Amino acid sequence: MADIDKSRRSFLSRILRALGGLAVLEAGWIAASFVGSRRRRPSTGEGTGVQVAGPVERFELGTVTAFREGEFYLARLKDGGFLALHRKCSHLGCTVPWIKDEQRFVCPCHASAFDINGAVLDAPAPRALDLFAVRIENGIVKVDTSKLIRRSSFDSHQVTRV
Amino acid sequence: MGENNISLILHARPVRVPAKALRYTHTFGLGGMSLVLFLLLISTGVLMIFVYEPSPERAYESILYMQQEILFGRLIRSVHYWSANLLIAVAVLHMLRVFLTGAFHAPRQSNWIIGLCLLCLILLSGFTGYLLPWDQISYWAVTICTEMLGYMPGIGQLLQRVILGGAEIGSATVINFYALHTIVVPLLLVGLMTWHFWRVRLAGGVVVPRDPEDDPNVATDYVPFVPNLLLREIAVGLMLIAFVLLVAIFFEAPLGEPANPGVSPNPAKAPWYFLGLQELLLHFHPVFAVFVIPLVVAVAMVGVAYLSYDSDLSGNWFLTPKGRRMAIVAAGVALLLTPLWILMDEFVLGSSGWLPGAVPIISNGLLPCGALVAGVVAFYMLLKKFFSASNNETVQALFVLFVVGFTILTVTGVWFRGAGMALVWPWQI
Repeated sequence: MADIDKSRRSFLSRILRALGGLAVLEAGWIAASFVGSRRRRPSTGEGTGVQVAGPVERFELGTVTAFREGEFYLARLKDGGFLALHRKCSHLGCTVPWIKDEQRFVCPCHASAFDINGAVLDAPAPRALDLFAVRIENGIVKVDTSKLIRRSSFDSHQVTRV
Repeated sequence: MGENNISLILHARPVRVPAKALRYTHTFGLGGMSLVLFLLLISTGVLMIFVYEPSPERAYESILYMQQEILFGRLIRSVHYWSANLLIAVAVLHMLRVFLTGAFHAPRQSNWIIGLCLLCLILLSGFTGYLLPWDQISYWAVTICTEMLGYMPGIGQLLQRVILGGAEIGSATVINFYALHTIVVPLLLVGLMTWHFWRVRLAGGVVVPRDPEDDPNVATDYVPFVPNLLLREIAVGLMLIAFVLLVAIFFEAPLGEPANPGVSPNPAKAPWYFLGLQELLLHFHPVFAVFVIPLVVAVAMVGVAYLSYDSDLSGNWFLTPKGRRMAIVAAGVALLLTPLWILMDEFVLGSSGWLPGAVPIISNGLLPCGALVAGVVAFYMLLKKFFSASNNETVQALFVLFVVGFTILTVTGVWFRGAGMALVWPWQI
């Protein structure tokens, strides 16, 4: 009798503990989804869609044009192709300015350098500059700033041509 | 009623304390100082909540308003700023004191761990507060730190997104940091502090200094807590408050240009207490600098309390005269080799790493880390050989080696890194 009582008690207390654990998990899940779902609200300053950069002819060969709003540079390569380069250094996230005289991006924070394709010229940057997708519709260049494309190095498939 | 209140406070403290533990140079009052700084932070912080507006559009303006329109606004913000910086320094010194007087052995093992958690929370508190003024310094320091986090293998990217509340620093980040800084971290700190103090009480107060020739069976002399310890604590607390007020009056908390995501300042640095880590990043592959090395350090810091030791020496600074000599040797070695390593990396190896042409994770990661581990092991062997020391003393020497080395990395980051993070003299920054 005593044994049955004991095992019943331990069974009950085990169930209680499991329920308690479940309650904690539930509360944690509710808290996490509460905090996490804020992200879906479109916030100002973040790229929320497609930005129209302008007609193809506006961008001369071998030039880089900064788009402050979209936080990217539109590079027109020597062969006429387009690349939209994110302005953040791939090392620690500083904003890289385009140095026209040297034809390179130079990071002010740790002196990483990138060429017009966003490829690394000088370390410590570990990867080429991130990209946004570029498409050309009826001679108008459009940049999709909603999604960053990470890449390790430059290759010609990344270029959008007219 | 009044008497009840007093007795509640007194019950949190012992009735009698060991006379020997009263000597100021035994603890330097660092734990109590941390508490006083925390109280200063809470009282000034609560006031600032009434003025500060947590959004990228309003944050900087509300700080300007506080500085220019609010009576004592500058003073309150400066006291908060200096208390926060001082708290980090004092808490680290407190940890050093606890370690170097051997106060992490049983029954204080778990309190050592609680203390480490408290230190992490204090750093988190400093870091989350760093963003709130929303000036150039805060914006870029937080950018650099969260990008450092992104290098953690596997979870780094996710962690970065969760902390920022999006792809980059924005309104969600300010809200996140504000909530953490003003509610979550302070609550956790209060909870853990209470536990910390209770464990000190359980262990019978601070570790008691012992002379080696003392008979352990002879009971130490006790004196009443009131007034012996109480008056000393009040004196230290009041002097500290006076010091913080003086510093806050003469050196105002800095406020730079408003944050501009389009222009990074040069150099862009993390908060000073993370500059040791940022310095590591200049010498090691990111995976090693922000993940492997910190992980090893964390495991070692926790593990040090649970090693089995040759003797249960505790209470004396540096354990023994031999322990003190070994600690001085370790400090000297770190003082010599850390700058040498930095200079060699800067001027001999350059950015190509230890093995030009190899993959970065080998030439900048495995090779230098291997060299580091080999150096530490060699140092350990030499110590064992020349001092024939107990492992209490060798572990202490290794700890000193690490602390001095990391301090030099931090000092280098703060005072010897200029534009483009190149090595410069402090007066050239």
